Amino acid sequence: MSDEAVPAIKPSLPEEQPMIPQPLVELHGWGRASGTMAHLAQIDSVADAVSALRTSDTTRGVVPRGLGRSYGDAAQNAGGTALDLTKMNRILSLDAVGEPPTVTVQAGVSLDLLMRALLPFGLWVPVLPGTRQVTVGGAIAADVHGKNHHTEGSFGNHVRSLDLLMADGHVRKVTPQGDTAALFWATVGGMGLTGAVLRATVALQRAETAYFSVDTDRCSDIDDLMQKMSNGDEGYTYSVAWFDAVTKGRHLGRAVLTRGNKARLAELPMKLKRDPLKFVAPSLGTLPEVFPNRMINKATAKAFSEVWYRKAPKRRVGELQNITQFFHPLDMVAEWNRVYGPHGFLQYQFVVPFDQEDPFRRCLEMIVNSGHLSCLNVLKRFGEGNPSPLSFPMPGWTLTVDLPIEHGLDKLCDALDTEVVGAGGRVYLAKDSRLSAATFRKMYPRLDDFLAVRREVDPDGIFNSDLARRLELSKPILGGAA
Amino acid sequence: MINAVGAPQSLLLLGGTSDIALAIAHRYARTGVRIVLAARPSERRIAAANELKGLGCEVTEVDLDARDHDSHATTIDLAFAGGDIDIAVIAFGLLGDAERAWQDPDLALELAEVNYAAPVHLGVLLGQRMQAQAHGWIVALSSVAGERVRRSNFVYGSTKAGVDGFFLGLGEALRDHGVRVLVVRPGFVKSKMTSGLKEIPLSVTPDDVAEAVTEAINGKRELIWVPGTLRVVMSGLRHVPRPLFRRLPI
Repeated sequence: MSDEAVPAIKPSLPEEQPMIPQPLVELHGWGRASGTMAHLAQIDSVADAVSALRTSDTTRGVVPRGLGRSYGDAAQNAGGTALDLTKMNRILSLDAVGEPPTVTVQAGVSLDLLMRALLPFGLWVPVLPGTRQVTVGGAIAADVHGKNHHTEGSFGNHVRSLDLLMADGHVRKVTPQGDTAALFWATVGGMGLTGAVLRATVALQRAETAYFSVDTDRCSDIDDLMQKMSNGDEGYTYSVAWFDAVTKGRHLGRAVLTRGNKARLAELPMKLKRDPLKFVAPSLGTLPEVFPNRMINKATAKAFSEVWYRKAPKRRVGELQNITQFFHPLDMVAEWNRVYGPHGFLQYQFVVPFDQEDPFRRCLEMIVNSGHLSCLNVLKRFGEGNPSPLSFPMPGWTLTVDLPIEHGLDKLCDALDTEVVGAGGRVYLAKDSRLSAATFRKMYPRLDDFLAVRREVDPDGIFNSDLARRLELSKPILGGAA
Repeated sequence: MINAVGAPQSLLLLGGTSDIALAIAHRYARTGVRIVLAARPSERRIAAANELKGLGCEVTEVDLDARDHDSHATTIDLAFAGGDIDIAVIAFGLLGDAERAWQDPDLALELAEVNYAAPVHLGVLLGQRMQAQAHGWIVALSSVAGERVRRSNFVYGSTKAGVDGFFLGLGEALRDHGVRVLVVRPGFVKSKMTSGLKEIPLSVTPDDVAEAVTEAINGKRELIWVPGTLRVVMSGLRHVPRPLFRRLPI
C-alpha cells in the first residue's frame, strides 16, 4: 500500500482564528438534480467548527458536509452555511489488539482512507456502502448499510462513541448506552441535524485477506430471485442482487445474485498468498462533463441490461474477487454521475417488510412499465434495524433504482410512495430528493422521538439543511424563536 | 425548495386572483403545497383559496394593494411568514382603455403605478427575501406589448416595457445569489382582463401560459414568449421602420 494514503496521526491543535465570510457556492447532492447556493466553510480543526457555528447566520443555519455522496439535498443548505469537514481527515488512534479492535478517527476520514490504513493490520471496516467515497461522519449521519446488513446491521451499530459539536457550541461525547443514548441514536441516521460529528470511535473486524469468496447465481425472474435469497442468504455474510429493470413480461426482474464471505488465507492461491491484504483499487479515470441528458435511453438501457445479465455465469461457486470487484465497481470511475447529463438523476430506494411481497412486486412492475429507465438496480434483504428513530433499514426487502430526471418522474415516484407507505415501508433519506413532509412522516413512525431529541439539543434549529426544510424538521416545527 | 423532480413546496401569487396566477397554481397544486394568495380581499380570492384547498394545498390569504406602496413590506413579510417561497409570481396588472389612458392623466398614472411602480417595489422586496434564502424563482408577467410599444396601447405597453427591463436586470443581479427570474411575454391571453376585446391570431389561454411557465422553470429558462412562435414574430416586428410600423394594423 502507498504511504501517502495514511495520514500522520496527530491531534488537531485548536487555533482560534476569525472566520472569513465565505462566498456563495453551488452545492448539490450526488444526483445533481436540485443544487442550491450556500456558504462553504472549510473546517480544519475543532476550533474552526466551533467558530463557524458561532458566526453563522442563525436564520439559515449550518449543515455538516462530507464528500457529497448523499443523492439529494441532505448536505445542502440554501443561503446558510455548509461545514466542509473533509479536511478533518486524521486517524487519531488505533487499538488493534482489543476485542473488538477499535479505531478513533476525525469525521472527515473517508472509508476509502480508513480501509487502506487498516488492511495492513488485518483489520476491516465492518460496514461498507456501495462507494468507499463517504466520510465516517456521513456514514453515521445517514446510518449507511452494505451488502452485509442481514448479518452485521448498519454503520451505527458499530460506532462505540462519537464527539458531537452541538448547537450551543459545546462538544459532547455521546455513546450508544447510558445518559447520552437518545442523542447518540438520534445522531445515527439523523442527517446532521442533531449536531456535527467531529470524531468517532468505530469497532472493527479482523480479516485474513482482502479477498472474497463469491458465489454467483443468475435468476430468471423476480420470483426465482426472491426465493433464492430467502433460502440461502443466511449462509453468506454478504449478499446483493442486480436486477434488470427494463425487461418486461416473463423475465420481469431477472437478476444476477452475488453472495460471498471474506476469504480465509487458506482459500487463496499461492500467488495471492504472498500479499493477502493487498488493496486493489484500480482507477479508470474521471468522466468528463460531456454527456447529454438522454444518454440513458431505451437503446442503451436495454443493451446494458442484456449485457449485464448475460455476462454473469448461470451459476459459479467460490470465485475469488477483490474489494473493488465485489464491493465498489463504480468507484473505478470518478464522477460517474455525470453520465446522466446536466438534468441529473435520482435514486429511489425503499424497503418494505418481509410479509409485503405483493406491494414489492407491484413497485417493481410500476418501475419496469413506467418507461423510466434504470440501469443500476439493486435488491437486497435487510436484517434487523437498530434503535435509531430515522435509520432506514428494517427487516424486509429493499430495492434501489437510478432514474434520470425526466418528465413524469414525479408521478412515478408519488405512486411508488403510496405503495411503500401502504406496505408499512419507507424511503432512504440519503437517497431522497423529493419526498414530501407528509409522506415522510407516514414512513418514519418514530419521527417524534427524533424531533423530541432535536428540540432539546437544538431548539432554534441551528443545524438546518434543504432536506430539513423540505421534510419540515426545522425551525417552525421545533418551536424555536422565529 | 423545488425538489429534484421539479415540484415546488411553496408558491406566492401576487395578484392571486388573476387567471394566469391561478392557472399556474393549478399546475403545481398537490397535497401539502403551501400557496400564499396575495390580492385585494374579495369573494373571488375566497373562492380561489377554497378551490386550491380542495386540491390538498395549504392556502394562506394575504392582502395586497398594488397602489398602496407602504403596505407592500407587510404583504411580503406575511407571505414569507410560513417559510421559504420557492416560486413567486407577479401576476397583477391593469389593461385600461387605451384611448382614454393617454388622455386621462389619472388613468395613465394608475397604469404606471399598478403595472410598473408596484411590481418594481415588490420585486425589490422579493429580491431581498429570495437573496437571503438563496434559492427560488420570481416569475414576472410582462407582455409582447412592451417589446415594441405600439400606438394602439402605448401607455400599457410602456409600463410592460419598463417592467420587462427591470425583471430581466433583477435576474442578472440575483443569479449569483442562487435566485432565478423568469420574464414571461405572452401575446393575447383570453382572460378576465381582456374580456370584451377582439381576439387576435396566436391568442392563448391562461393555462397555456401556466404550462409554458412550468416548463421554463423546469428547463431553467429565464425569458419566454407564449406562444413560442411570438418570439419570431416579435423579433421581426422590432426591426420594422417606424413609418412602416405605424401603418401596420396592430
